[in-house]
Amino acid sequence: MSNYSTNEFRSGLKVMLDGEPCSILDNEFVKPGKGQAFNRVKLRNLNSGRVWERTFKSGESLEGADVMDRTMEYLYTDGEFWYFMEPDTFEQFEADEKAVGDTHLWLKEQDRCEVTLYNGSPLSVAPPNFVELEIVETDPGLKGDTASGGNKPAKLSTGAVVKVPLFLSQGEIIRVDTRTGEYQGRASKS
Amino acid sequence: MNWRPSAELDALRARAALLTDIRGFFNAREILEVETPLLCSSGITDPSIEALLVERGASLAAPRYLQTSPEYAMKRLLSAGSGPIFQIARAFRDGEVGSRHNPEFSLLEWYRPGFDQQQLMSEVAALLELCLGVLPCHRRSYRQWFIDLLGIDPMLVSVAELEAFARNRLDPGTLSGDKDLWLDLLMSHLLEPRLAELGVCFVYDYPESQAALARVEIEGGVAVGRRFEVYVHGLELANGYHELTDAREQRQRFERDNLRRREHGLPERPLDEHLLAALEYGLPDCSGVALGVDRLLMLATGSDDIREVLAFAWERS
Repeated sequence: MSNYSTNEFRSGLKVMLDGEPCSILDNEFVKPGKGQAFNRVKLRNLNSGRVWERTFKSGESLEGADVMDRTMEYLYTDGEFWYFMEPDTFEQFEADEKAVGDTHLWLKEQDRCEVTLYNGSPLSVAPPNFVELEIVETDPGLKGDTASGGNKPAKLSTGAVVKVPLFLSQGEIIRVDTRTGEYQGRASKS
Repeated sequence: MNWRPSAELDALRARAALLTDIRGFFNAREILEVETPLLCSSGITDPSIEALLVERGASLAAPRYLQTSPEYAMKRLLSAGSGPIFQIARAFRDGEVGSRHNPEFSLLEWYRPGFDQQQLMSEVAALLELCLGVLPCHRRSYRQWFIDLLGIDPMLVSVAELEAFARNRLDPGTLSGDKDLWLDLLMSHLLEPRLAELGVCFVYDYPESQAALARVEIEGGVAVGRRFEVYVHGLELANGYHELTDAREQRQRFERDNLRRREHGLPERPLDEHLLAALEYGLPDCSGVALGVDRLLMLATGSDDIREVLAFAWERS
């Protein structure tokens, strides 16, 4: 990988810091008129998700990280690994529990996900912003009750539990925003 | 490609009004406006400032440097008997790009024979009041600011103590360096943000090692550079000196700069022999200050990005 100097640091650039792949969020050039120039850099550690601020001397450089984001199709899980496929090449990747994290709550077979690869292996997986999943468990629906604002927990086919309006029943397909975990509506009939 | 200006038209009108105010201020005080060359045969030795070079052209016997400030030429005018002078000039500093830096920028620089730094600070405060209105104003020594806001005495603290202090509060990674590096880090990362709440802040009497072109005198048992800086809402705006007039001392400082440049693997710079000869002839006792006009305009218009006050910022020029 090539090296990047502080003046090339841009938001989104992936670099290695203390042996960890990081994504640069912000880079501020700080220089007293008659003194040392610094770059105050905000980074996200892609392994831990932790965000921190590190100060460098201007002109210092960091090694680029072999990190890339790919859109892949989710295939299945065997309980230990989750399998994803590059749709163009059919190349398959296995992601472990650490890489998948809470995303497994939103993974439906054949959905497209953003898989971040580090040295060729999945480092993290981001679900689509919206997914359509089946309710597998909830209290019986109250017919006609579309006006009262109440809601109830519903368990979805992936194991996620979301709050849904009272009128929904088991077996229905709903649309959920994975960023907030909020119910959006019934899935459009296809 | 974007051909449009970086600044709104309102900011350009504010710039024109600000320049008129500045000229009015100096005309009323009978200070002479001057212009000096942008392309100079010597650069600057200060290791923390890099000049841009112009290398090709039929007129060039040797590469010339775009000035990083009009200081040396203006001191030659003072030595020649100009009396008090001011200049609004373009200056250039390589590698300085950010929300508060543009490699090409405008400097207001002026010199007052017979003034010490305290008198010149008062004049800077008067100009700021004209341009920005009345703001709370604080004037303390570098040492006192560090003691009051950070609880450390910058003149007596050891490098190891400074580094430990910085590492407790910031993540400087593999940063290493001399005492000035750690002081600069604390100044820019911890002190400046605190000054942001205080309106206009003057910081004077810098550590001897940061005297730059200021005279050095003993104050409170330690050697200090009679240098001051002005911060407005935490933004570094101006740097001034009770000027060093001793030619021999000046030559030694230039040579020391080049020594540090060598140590840091930076190119050495030829000494400005014109300036040294003028000092030899005699620079009157004076104080001078350089103030960032673009930053003053940022403060006047409430902008936090220098690009918003430049007709065409670096990326578009």
